Parts: sequence; structure tokens; C-alpha cells
Amino acid sequence: MNVGSIEAFTLIVRRELCLSFRRPDQLLQPLVFFLIVTTLFPLGLSLQLSLLRDMAPGVLWVAALLSSLLSVDSLFKSDADDGTLEQLALCGQGLTVIVVAKTFAHWLVSGAALVLASPVVGTALGIPPGVFPTMMLSLILGTLTLSWLGAIGAGLTVGLKRGNVLLSLIVLPLAMPLLIFGAGATDRAISGTSAAGALYFLAALCVFTCTLAPFAATVALRITLE
Amino acid sequence: MNTAADGLSVDQVHVWRGDRHVLKGVSLTLRPRQLLHISGPNGTGKTTLLRVVCGLLRPEQGLVSWLGQSISSVRAEYQAALAYASHEPALKGDLTALENLRFAVGLKRRVTAGELRASLEKTGVAGCADLPARVLSAGQRRRVALARILSMKASLWLLDEPFTNLDAAGTDLTGALLQSHVEGGGAALVVAHHDLKVDVDMRRLELGL
Repeated sequence: MNVGSIEAFTLIVRRELCLSFRRPDQLLQPLVFFLIVTTLFPLGLSLQLSLLRDMAPGVLWVAALLSSLLSVDSLFKSDADDGTLEQLALCGQGLTVIVVAKTFAHWLVSGAALVLASPVVGTALGIPPGVFPTMMLSLILGTLTLSWLGAIGAGLTVGLKRGNVLLSLIVLPLAMPLLIFGAGATDRAISGTSAAGALYFLAALCVFTCTLAPFAATVALRITLE
Repeated sequence: MNTAADGLSVDQVHVWRGDRHVLKGVSLTLRPRQLLHISGPNGTGKTTLLRVVCGLLRPEQGLVSWLGQSISSVRAEYQAALAYASHEPALKGDLTALENLRFAVGLKRRVTAGELRASLEKTGVAGCADLPARVLSAGQRRRVALARILSMKASLWLLDEPFTNLDAAGTDLTGALLQSHVEGGGAALVVAHHDLKVDVDMRRLELGL
């Protein structure tokens, strides 16, 4: 009769997706934010395509970073506010399974959506279509890492009334290498040199956070639950 | 030391919240077929005690054990055996009552929609099964939370103020469900302000004396 970890994982992912799609406004907000911020740049800068293209990778990545911070704030908070987090913590599955499932579901609705929208933004910023595969791959690795960094921050700040500023202050410095290598990969691909080095580094960061962050986020959450 | 090898035992638990010494050496034991009614004025640590018993809060001093072993060493088994209801109904407003139950109970044990509907029927909110929890009244939400406890089929019930927002019929119903749970071999720890109308082996623990 007992429920296995994988079964529990899929059940929580389904719960999270169900909750997200019941609130389409909150689902779309980070994505619309991403689109608006990135389209502000071509409007605000001069119409020189070369200048825009030079800045495009950085703009894209900063916008992705801020947009994912916007949504990760509510990762544990809404559950903590209505008491369902306690129920989840006592479900007999161990907090790590719950943290992994919730963060993965969060990535599906925020990070993955952002990756899918990135070609539109890339076009607006004048990134050549040939670069899109590299750009999207770097964004997949980057948003996954960001979701995990965000999960640690969200776990630490879940008990605070206005924790979102603190969350940004915790996560943004940790995300700097991501920005450097993520924007670097796209930059290289635009200039026609090999982006492999930067992508490998991003992949290493992604593997590193995906393996260690679940435990860090679990500990953070357990502390704030007390 | 009074350990109950077949139930729950709390031994000399001390908890500080900041500078406040909230629980000052609380001890209790609870065996199957027993009900413990915890009462006391506001702010005497009733909810804190319940959270310690759940394992949500680690006491600074003292031990909580289940079947003779510390709850931190048998966490998974202990959590599978308990059903906790906080003073909030802990329902997601955007999910229907049935979905709320499915996602909460489904993590504890395999359960069918029919079983969950039967629990909702027992607590008198079968008609609310497919309504989002946010449109339910406070009393109806409490009844849905009660149905969740019921569906978990846990041997240890930990209830924090289960009678809040309930009408007279709901209060009687909760009492009857508690009674049948305890008579069926379960144990229950209930934090409540007023007297419980149950006819079982009931003891009282008054905090703040």
C-alpha cells in the first residue's frame, strides 16, 4: 500500500502543474516579463543592428535571470502560507523528494517556457537563426541551474514576510558564472567561433547544482519549517 | 523514564522560542485505544507541543519516541502512521476538495477516488467534492480536512483545534469519528478548548499550570 518515491514524485509534479494551469495569469507573468524586458532594449537603443547584436546575449541572459527570480519566490511560499507545506513535509516521503518534484515542476512551467520563447526574443534582438540551437541549449542548462539556485533561496526565505529582495540578493551573486558562460556561449556562436567550452562549463554547473542543491534546499526548508 | 513500546511517548520535552521557555519539561504517553485531550490557556504551547510530536519542530531537550524508538530514527514509518491536522485546513484554494484529498492522501497510500468520495460523504461534504476549495465556507473546509484525516487510515491522529468553525452537527460528527477511531485501535491527541464528548479511555493534559 505504500507509495514509492517515483510515484510520489509524479503525483507532486502533477499537483504543481495542475495548480499552475489553474492560475494562467501567474503562469504567464514571468514569460511576459521576459518578453517585455528584452524588447525594451531594441526600442531604447539606437537602431544599429550590429550594436544590438553585440548586446543581445547579455540582455537575453539578464532578462532570463530576473524572470526566473520573479517566479521562484512563490515556489514554497504559497504552500507554506496555507499550511499544505506541513502536510507535504509529513507525508512520509522525505522532504527531498518533495523539493525535487516541486523544483522540477517549477522549471517546466518557467524555465522550459522561457527556452521555447527565446527564438522570438532572439529574432527581435537580431540574433541569427543559426545560433538558436546553441542559445536554447545554453538556456536549458542555465534555467535548470537557476531553478535550483532559486530553490535554495526560496527555502531560506520562505518564512519571511517580504523575502523576495533577500532572495534576489542570495541568488544573483551565485548566478554570475551562469551569466558569464551563458552569454559567452551565445556570443561565441554569433561570432562564429566554437561555443563548446562555455557549454561544457554550463553543463558542469548544471550537474553540480542538480546533484547538491536538492539537499541544500531541503535543509534550508527544514530550518524554516521549524 | 516512561516509554511506551506500543505507542507514542514524549519524555521531558523543553522548547524555547527566542527567550520564551514555551514547553517546560512536558511528558506524556499515548497507547492504542487512548485519547489524550490537551487543553490550556492561549499561548501555553499546545500547538508547539503538537508540532514537536509531529516532528516538525525539534525540541531543544527531551525525546519523542514512537514504538520505543526516537521519531527521527524511524521518520518514514512514523510519518506513515500519523495524520496531522493543523489549525488551518491546509487546502489549496485552486484545487477541488477531491483533488486536494487525492494529492494529500495519495502521497501516503494508494487511494481511489471512490474511497475519497466516501470519506467526504462521511464528513457531510460530498456535494463539495468537485468545487474549488476557495469557494467553500470555513466549516466546510474543516470538514474536508477531517475527510483527509479519515482517508489517511493512520493509527495516530494529531488534531489541532479540530472543532473550530464547525456547527453543532459537525462537532458531534468529529466526536463520533474520534470515538470510532479510538475504538478501532487508534490513538488520538487532540488540542481543544472545550470538552470532548467521547466515551473512550480519555485522559487530559493541561498545559500552563
